[in-house]
Amino acid sequence: MMPDINSRKQLELADVRDRISSESGQAYWRSLDELAQTDEFAQLVQREFPEQADELKDPVTRRNFLKLMGASFALGGLSGCTIQPGEKIVPQVRAPEDIIPGKPLFYATAYPQHGVGTGILVESHMGRPTKIEGNPLHPASRGGTSGVVQASILDLYDPDRSQTVKNGGRISTWSSFLDNFMHQLGLQGVKEGAGLRILTQTVTSPTQGALLAEIGKKYPKAQWHQYEAVNRDNYHAGSSLAYGRHVNAVYDFSKADLVLSLDSDFANSGPASARYARDFAAKRRVRDGQKAMNRLYVAESSPTATGSLADHRLALGGKAIEALALHIAQALGVSSQGVGQVDSGAPAKWVSALISDLKSHRGRSIVTAGDAASPGVHALVHAINAALGNVGQTVHLSDPIEVQPALHMDSLQTLVSAMDAGQVDLLVILGGNPVYDAPIDLNFADALAKVDTRVHLSLSENETSDQCHWHVPESHYLEAWGDLRSHDGLASIVQPLIEPLYKTKSALDFLAVMADKAGTPGLELVRQYWESQALDANFATYWRRALHDGVLPGTEAVKRTPKVVGAIQLADDFGQMPEEDVVELQLRPDPMVGDGRHANNGWLQETPRPITKLTWDNAALVSPATALRLRLQNERLAELRLGDNTLRVPVWIVPGQADNVVTLHLGFGRQRGGRVAEGSGFNAYLLSTAQQPNGGLGLQINPSFDQYPLACTQEHHSMEGRSLVRESSLEHYKSHPHFVHEGWYAHDPPDDLTLYNRTDHQYDGYAWGMIIDLGSCMGCNACSIACQAENNIPVVGKSQVLNGREMAWIRIDRYYKGELDDPGIVHQPVPCMQCENAPCEVVCPVAATVHSAEGLNDMVYNRCVGTRYCANNCPYKVRRFNFLLYTDKESESLKLQRNPDVTVRSRGVMEKCTYCVQRINMARIEAKTSGKDIADGQIVTACEQACPTESIVFGNINDPQSRVSRYKASELNYGILTDLNTRPRTTYLAGLKNPNPEITES
Amino acid sequence: MAQIFPRSANWASKASILTLLLVVASVLGVLLNINRIHFVNQVNVPLDQPVPFSHKHHVLGLGIDCRYCHVSVEKSAFAGIPPTETCMTCHSQIWTEAPILEPVRASYRDDTPIQWNRVHDLPDFVYFNHSIHVSKGIGCQTCHGQVDQMPLMWKANSLNMEWCIECHNDPAQFIRPRDQVFNMNYQPPADQESLGKRLVAEYEVETRQLTNCSICHR
Repeated sequence: MMPDINSRKQLELADVRDRISSESGQAYWRSLDELAQTDEFAQLVQREFPEQADELKDPVTRRNFLKLMGASFALGGLSGCTIQPGEKIVPQVRAPEDIIPGKPLFYATAYPQHGVGTGILVESHMGRPTKIEGNPLHPASRGGTSGVVQASILDLYDPDRSQTVKNGGRISTWSSFLDNFMHQLGLQGVKEGAGLRILTQTVTSPTQGALLAEIGKKYPKAQWHQYEAVNRDNYHAGSSLAYGRHVNAVYDFSKADLVLSLDSDFANSGPASARYARDFAAKRRVRDGQKAMNRLYVAESSPTATGSLADHRLALGGKAIEALALHIAQALGVSSQGVGQVDSGAPAKWVSALISDLKSHRGRSIVTAGDAASPGVHALVHAINAALGNVGQTVHLSDPIEVQPALHMDSLQTLVSAMDAGQVDLLVILGGNPVYDAPIDLNFADALAKVDTRVHLSLSENETSDQCHWHVPESHYLEAWGDLRSHDGLASIVQPLIEPLYKTKSALDFLAVMADKAGTPGLELVRQYWESQALDANFATYWRRALHDGVLPGTEAVKRTPKVVGAIQLADDFGQMPEEDVVELQLRPDPMVGDGRHANNGWLQETPRPITKLTWDNAALVSPATALRLRLQNERLAELRLGDNTLRVPVWIVPGQADNVVTLHLGFGRQRGGRVAEGSGFNAYLLSTAQQPNGGLGLQINPSFDQYPLACTQEHHSMEGRSLVRESSLEHYKSHPHFVHEGWYAHDPPDDLTLYNRTDHQYDGYAWGMIIDLGSCMGCNACSIACQAENNIPVVGKSQVLNGREMAWIRIDRYYKGELDDPGIVHQPVPCMQCENAPCEVVCPVAATVHSAEGLNDMVYNRCVGTRYCANNCPYKVRRFNFLLYTDKESESLKLQRNPDVTVRSRGVMEKCTYCVQRINMARIEAKTSGKDIADGQIVTACEQACPTESIVFGNINDPQSRVSRYKASELNYGILTDLNTRPRTTYLAGLKNPNPEITES
Repeated sequence: MAQIFPRSANWASKASILTLLLVVASVLGVLLNINRIHFVNQVNVPLDQPVPFSHKHHVLGLGIDCRYCHVSVEKSAFAGIPPTETCMTCHSQIWTEAPILEPVRASYRDDTPIQWNRVHDLPDFVYFNHSIHVSKGIGCQTCHGQVDQMPLMWKANSLNMEWCIECHNDPAQFIRPRDQVFNMNYQPPADQESLGKRLVAEYEVETRQLTNCSICHR
């Protein structure tokens, strides 16, 4: 049931441009179609749900549907009369201590993000983990999480996880594997391990490191390789250039008043993103008496979540960013060799204002570069931070956190040449998927075939498992003991929440086998390692404390203050701008599925990407100007050719993308790896080479007329302009404190305007309300995924998203502002507004949505008959209808993930945000049984809890001291569509930017 | 041509119309009331259990408190069903050879739980919480009946929404002093109405909120 995209009118970019430049242009717009006012857009906004969401157009399906419905009506009538089948109660034989049936427990553990730990707390219901929260005591979280961390719980219950050892694709057992493996290891023992290679991903686990060291002693000629496609090679190479050694940089955004990001999405990618986003947002929040804001400059090729927070954003290609870095470095007196003067093409005023701003913020600024930026940029960034005196203030350098820092591409190339030379007899691959994600020109699969015995440990059977003799299923991180270091080196214990669901082994178990410690439980390995470190005289207490808190105090990396080498050696072509029409390809990890490791996670696949709002696919992202020049159209396939490699991908035009830069996200186009992963998107690794793993210059694009529909949610649930987002600059706010309420609506109705008797609805107890700070929301979607996990929200699939039937209870609207080529980007999360005068309630014929005494707009699923009148009458378009049976009620493993405190909804039922009423009820019952009041901050909604920037605040608006009341008292507070007299409980704080007057004054 | 139906047939057509109306009305009546029938709701129908556990013997005969087995009734939504270990605290000493207790011993020996048949089974979209009811003075007996008189467990009430709402509309009818919650022989005083009103106020039961949908459905 794909919509017929042949009937879509093609977008005329020239018209769009005219429309913006003309006076009648809108200030904020959501999509190019909206700007162009295409017929499709006009149709879309007139509907209650996007086209086809509420009807079946395909005649064949329609006929089948009627047939099926006929049958199910008959059965439905009958099933309504049956008595529900009997249930069993199964108590334990011996009750474990601490578990109170019906009450969740929380355990601290750590999530491995590219091998680096993020501290989390995991909610466990009767022994089954259901929800992940940030750990407030952990330096990489401070209570927030990213969407990827939220979604990792689904990987545990993924029905496509591999469950047994396989030998040549046939089911085998761990013991027969061990027999064979020990025999092979014995043979290697004789040769001192000359034919043994171990390939891991990034390892920060001290215990794994110790085991690898033991293995190294036992097999002195064995080699350990590390490879991840999305790695920090350029960072490491850059720090070697700047300091002559590997250093780890940790940023302290809480002390930085000025931040310059060179293609770095620091707030939304990387293991410390949640912490960085938190500290960064706290410095630019005009509330709680804080009147100052930090300032963010971003130069990036493709718009990112971080970029949308920027006060000044420049869209630049990779080479221009190099040139800009060099320009700034030279202005700050950093010496470099290899290249002289370069021109970045950035506006001179912009650059000079930035440089003088940096100079006036010595010791209080941060310059940071993205992992994909070239080594030279990283080296210059190190030098700039040193020159600005930021090192030791806002930038802390330390020894590397990896057990053995390595350049992954070099490491993989060494392995491939050894395999090609026939030197490898036994290859042990612990995690990862090199057959899929190694550069195409390395021919990894061919080299792999020359290895006598290939062993692969992985969570699910993937492309690499298919090429290996033995596949061993890996334990999920919530199933096995381990340890990890965080971005600043602080170690955490990875504590399992559940026994392995299947007969799986962890990497630690595997290394223990190789280190002749087979059978030693993971717990013992980890405990023995930390006991041997003698961190505390009383280890037993220290250990219990560490498990409870989720951090091992005293394990932070030692801070260093190395000196920058004399002059930084730059590559010859550093910062050399390409010819006018040379196109650059940038291969970047997808904001959701990463390098492909999360590709089988339906939550992540279906979550709209922060800027593009694409789901289920990747696409060649191009700027409007480049699209016009190369005659590219949205949703049409184009052939990309870089060097000898080609790939056909659909095109997606992204305002704010740098001209002549095509960004293509990795992680899609999986051949193997599960039902969700397979068939989603296009494999961008087919364009990556060992020399240019992240893409490069000289991309050729051949447009075609072949169409490929992309499931983009940016036009769904549109509220059609109407002053929904309001923002201004800090300066303007100071001079016009009430700008938020000036001139937006012709009239705001008086509070007492109602047909009902006001005294009928007095909220004199608790009155729940929410406030969302648009100034710090970056559209990362962590809230949306957290909501999905907390509220049992199903995944609907690409074809249903195309029909506008996505179920997310909180959506993030992304608005562009201003010019087509260089727009401002504003995000607006929209959950249910919990209107006091709710338009949905008055139209429900069965009273399935009614008001509670605390002002909640309750949705009663068991009463709903699915008329959808409520959704039709909701001006905010926040109601979601379960058109088909989206919830997977068959897969046993998925049932374990569901929150037992929330109803699992069925087909034909309307649903929407409830303000996490289960959490409210829990807190109310606890307060009432203990005789206390509910304190401010005691109820934390799932979205609020996940939000890395603390942009969402929930609480009691009747309590003048609560945070939400205080923020609602701010001049910046406004509600959306309040002219309809809906009296929404969810309101917004207008966004503020802090632009540099030197740049804005023209 | 003579008429097929004689004039006297008129009464039959009238009667059949009336009968049809009666039939429709009674079918509707049955449909609307079928869920009020005790048998349909399995009220007062003892359920077979793997072990014929007698509350009558343990509560009335031995005087064991409800909370000895249902440990989480004051803390959690779920009152708790005792683990086998709890049974074995006594039955490792007494009735150690009794054949009817073999499933209990087998459970303890083989580490396999006993699978009890659920007697009070609410629909999955209803979220009942024991702790709040107990702490606000709703006795066990009010909902579960004279459990101390039940040799095998049965439902004493329908657990229909209608039945829940009866109390949620006016808890003063059923509320009792907190210290009487676990008393199986509590007799409400003659002036329950005034006691109820006093207790509702004293225990801060917010009656206005009790019939909000999200109190039980979410």
